[in-house]
Amino acid sequence: MLAQIIQNLPQVLIDGLTLGVVYAVVAIGYTMVYGILELINFAHGDVFMTGAFIGATVLFLMLGMGFLAAMPALIVFLIVIVVAGIATGLLGVGIERVAYRPLRRKNAPKLIALITSIGISFVLEDAVRFIAELKTGNYIVTAPSMFNHRFNLNLHHIMPFFDNATFQGSFLLVLAVTIVMLVSLDLFVNKTKWGMAMRAVAQDRDTASLMTINVNRVISVTFFIGSALGGATGVLFMIQYGTIDPYIGFILGIKAFTAAVLGGIGNIRGAMFGGVMLGLLEMFAAANLSIITHGAMGAEYKDVFAFIILILVLIFKPEGLFGKAVVEKV
Amino acid sequence: MSLKKIIPLLAVLVLLLGVIGGCSSKSGGSKGKTVIEIGSQSPLSGGSATLGDAIRLGAELAIDDQKAAFAKKGFDIQLKDMDDQGDPKKGVANAQILAADKNVLALVGHLNSGVAIPSSEVYEKNNLAMVSPATTATVVTDRGLKSVNRICARDDFQGPAGANFAVKTLKAKKIFIIQDKTAYGSGLAEQFRDQAKKLGADIVGYEGITVGEKDFSGVLSQAVAKKPDLIYFGGVYAEGGLIIKQARQKGFNGPIMGGDGLDSSSTVQIAGDAVKGVYLTSVAGDVSKTEKGQAFAKKYKEKFGKDVESYSAYGYDSAAVILKGIMNAINDNNGKKPTRAQVEKAIRGIKDYDGVTTKVSFNDKGDNTFAKVYIYNFEQAKYPPVQKAEISQ
Repeated sequence: MLAQIIQNLPQVLIDGLTLGVVYAVVAIGYTMVYGILELINFAHGDVFMTGAFIGATVLFLMLGMGFLAAMPALIVFLIVIVVAGIATGLLGVGIERVAYRPLRRKNAPKLIALITSIGISFVLEDAVRFIAELKTGNYIVTAPSMFNHRFNLNLHHIMPFFDNATFQGSFLLVLAVTIVMLVSLDLFVNKTKWGMAMRAVAQDRDTASLMTINVNRVISVTFFIGSALGGATGVLFMIQYGTIDPYIGFILGIKAFTAAVLGGIGNIRGAMFGGVMLGLLEMFAAANLSIITHGAMGAEYKDVFAFIILILVLIFKPEGLFGKAVVEKV
Repeated sequence: MSLKKIIPLLAVLVLLLGVIGGCSSKSGGSKGKTVIEIGSQSPLSGGSATLGDAIRLGAELAIDDQKAAFAKKGFDIQLKDMDDQGDPKKGVANAQILAADKNVLALVGHLNSGVAIPSSEVYEKNNLAMVSPATTATVVTDRGLKSVNRICARDDFQGPAGANFAVKTLKAKKIFIIQDKTAYGSGLAEQFRDQAKKLGADIVGYEGITVGEKDFSGVLSQAVAKKPDLIYFGGVYAEGGLIIKQARQKGFNGPIMGGDGLDSSSTVQIAGDAVKGVYLTSVAGDVSKTEKGQAFAKKYKEKFGKDVESYSAYGYDSAAVILKGIMNAINDNNGKKPTRAQVEKAIRGIKDYDGVTTKVSFNDKGDNTFAKVYIYNFEQAKYPPVQKAEISQ
């Protein structure tokens, strides 16, 4: 039994890491907004989805104009991800302006803002669905495949107790881009003036405003960054899995939110760690549950497994893994 | 009231007016004829919209074809199409609406077994006859409801037929099965598994996935590690296409097999080149094989500007069977509008109806005794796949 699990391990790690970094970046969007406003922005999962669709649209437009053949795929990809990131960033700012700021100005209870975010999430889902199915009546969009070169890791040769693992070019891309995003965000929050302002607002909004920090602008910037990262991840998701539909944001949003809670909501590094951990746990369970339980429980219980771990963590550390260990929260 | 408050009020008013305006009924124009409506329920939006829309359009074509015949008798037949979104809750809610409309005498419906099963409880209470083009789960007719009929084959015929083909023709000894935990997917996978076991194949794994997810690498790593000769998937194309693609990415080059849920152009679209070497069993025959079918495909394309999907012709035949039943009921009722119970009985009583793709005779459970299972193979990455075998009961 153990031998079988170890054999599978390299492949599980690769797949789990791919899923995990996607969770991690989306989780950051939840955690940043929570850190500043104590609002769980449920629309964030759908901002991620919108990013994937905007990316697909740009990709199809470029394909139509023949750019894809003329340019290296990497440049096309960079254009797509930047356009999608900026567009969803603006979308995030717009959502905050239209839906959350008026509520905040009236000092509405936090619950109202939460319900509003659920409403926004439905609006986004159905708006995107409407547009996507206008032409064909089918809203499942399949993007042209990119970076589908297959790599074989010949581990078996070096370490006989491992099976060989395979991955696609897109895996490297997803990993590299998310790591760049995560590191630069970390630097931004900890080293720049704007980052300091964000941390100040997160600690105490009223005091921060007395220190001449423009609180509303800081909140807008937070939404822009969180949403832009989410949207860019949507593009990565589209490249990695090839197929998107307007409902990918729902399940993924819930998982990413869970990851944020696991890491300690409000803490950026915690969200990164929680995301990767959840991805690995889920993939490990999907690949090994039936081996561990001798077929009594199949891969369909992978979420149960992952969430049991979450509950265990929260029982012993209710503030999440990184919750109070770090004083600052953003 | 300040101006600030008036603006949102106006916005709400405009929205309400818009909604009311949009709802205004489009009826009228029946010119003194008695209106008979045929319901149709299939997913027009959502993951299986391609198949659902094909059913509706097929039904619409059948109704258009026979409008004149009914007009002569003084009836105006209309289609009342509803979107069940592939969702059981929505299906039942729609069923209540159809049942409440006294003009609706029967319906063409449901693509998904999971939706048809609860919805048909409502039909049964209201004597509203249902003819399904596509629901294959055994439970659909095994409950012995008077109102439930189907013109396609059952899973306990489709699954085993697939297993026979996999074990005997494709010589698969080790089989890994994945199912999507829906009534349709797991039902089909179980039927396949039992028959394959009986034929001596080794089932090296039986796993479930969640509908709506996009990453199945976990299950597939497990599958590929077991080195099966064949992977079977019980489910529909949204997940099936991705499973095919991701299995190939993981280096699985053997045959992958599925049920009629993969029988759609979207499978090819999602899976791309990976679809080569995929086999599927379908309860829908290839319309391009017969002259009647070719004529149908041409007419369909002219009217709707779309190519026929697997279920287009089944939607047509379902509606045509209903119309024949209603016509018989009208004749039995001396040319007056029949009741739902009369229509229900007339539809169940249909024998040897010769449709575009299939002949129809209902047995006492509402199953079609002429239903067949077809086996297809994607030799190229294009739809439709090549028909390999045709199996009768």
